[in-house]
Amino acid sequence: MHEQLGAKMVDFGGWYMPVYYTSVIDEHITTRTKAGLFDICHMGEFIVKGNDSKRFLQKILTNNLDKLCTGKAMYSLMCYENGTCVDDLFVYQLNENEFMIVVNSSTIDKDFEWLKRHSKEFDVSIINISEQTGKLDLQGPLAEKILKKLTSVDFPTRFHFVELDVAGIKTLFSRTGYTAEDGFELYFPIKETEKMWNLLMEAGKEYGLKPIGLGARDTLRIEACYSLYGHELNENITPIEANLGWTVKLGKGDFIGRSVLEKQKESGTEKILVAFEMIDKGIPREHYSVFADNREIGYVTSGTYSPTFKKPLGRALIKKEFSHVGDRINIKVRDKLYNAVVVKKPFYKYKGGKNGKSERAEIH
Amino acid sequence: MENPKELKYTKEHEWIKIENDVGTVGITDFAQNALTDIVFVELPEKGKIVEQLKTAATIESVKSVSDVYAPVSGEVVKVNEELKDHPELINNDPYGKGWIFKVRIADKNELNSLMSSKEYAKMTKEE
Repeated sequence: MHEQLGAKMVDFGGWYMPVYYTSVIDEHITTRTKAGLFDICHMGEFIVKGNDSKRFLQKILTNNLDKLCTGKAMYSLMCYENGTCVDDLFVYQLNENEFMIVVNSSTIDKDFEWLKRHSKEFDVSIINISEQTGKLDLQGPLAEKILKKLTSVDFPTRFHFVELDVAGIKTLFSRTGYTAEDGFELYFPIKETEKMWNLLMEAGKEYGLKPIGLGARDTLRIEACYSLYGHELNENITPIEANLGWTVKLGKGDFIGRSVLEKQKESGTEKILVAFEMIDKGIPREHYSVFADNREIGYVTSGTYSPTFKKPLGRALIKKEFSHVGDRINIKVRDKLYNAVVVKKPFYKYKGGKNGKSERAEIH
Repeated sequence: MENPKELKYTKEHEWIKIENDVGTVGITDFAQNALTDIVFVELPEKGKIVEQLKTAATIESVKSVSDVYAPVSGEVVKVNEELKDHPELINNDPYGKGWIFKVRIADKNELNSLMSSKEYAKMTKEE
């Protein structure tokens, strides 16, 4: 389907996916100013249900499920005993005793196995519905207008979702996303993917909707400072080091990883994830070394040329003493050290408004 | 876009225009089209000695880093300073304003290993 649209394809975790259709910059700007459609069918989805489902998830996840109610979704991490990350995910409360968890594609098997292994003392069943579930993301300031052409239900506000029929397709759609724009994530039976794709593209035609590849998905999320598992998060990084302390709720009681994370919250960590902008020209890329005072202090976790700000920027895991806003650091690009500066995150703030109302994105 | 007939081409998608003993080097329309948005060019330093089919410059698009190989060996005598602020010139005008560097050709025999526009067109058609 995508190749018919002229897409440049790549193998991504076993899925054959488009990097871009026209160009990364064009697709990035389209999502920031109009709307973009992303094929995200590769993500993993699990159903967790049973009398103990909430108690079980409180044990497994770092965030506090007391803040959820039916129809609401939340970001959380899932940690090992030593506090490092199994994965990051979104949890949707479907009803009192039923949740949907959305995980990264590369970690589906590992996550499922982890959940199963820790579920034994709980009255809970875990079902992997990844292969039956299709997912498309409609993102951008005009996303609401486009979706309104296809349904007349009351739209959910930010981080909420509803279940409805879109042209006869049973769909769960949430006002969430990975771009820092207003937008929606749609879940439906995977066999309906092509039909849903065509419906949305047709409805979005008059608003300039375009298909968006993985390339712009990455540059959009980097500008928003959203983490990507395998980059900002992995089995060696804790949420506190990743600057995601807000997702670790100590007040909720015990959970896996708690003792280490509690200590780290109190006394800090040796290294911490920062956002930086280049002062010199040169583009930071993942794994490039970071220096300060002529010694190596860390590495780049993600880096790119930013289509919104028209300059190179990125994120790096570095020694805490160099992590203050305004601190000068150097990025080693090939054989040369280039000047960069630590800045406040995010580069690009969510533009959707509190209730998800569209505001036109500002392009600098 | 047609590949200009007066140029010579490498398998790695560079072109060279020969005027006396100096060659002007750039990347082809096929290459810039595959890279799409070029956002950074690391130029060689003037005076640098480059070797045939070894890295002489680096081009970065939003998502990729690509080497530019020297079509021939020799000394870099001039670089396109314009590319520092306008790397997109390579996308917009790959055979003109998007030239990258000029090299004093050390050994003209090396030119024999390069392709004609016809041969290059045939190769890219097959890719």
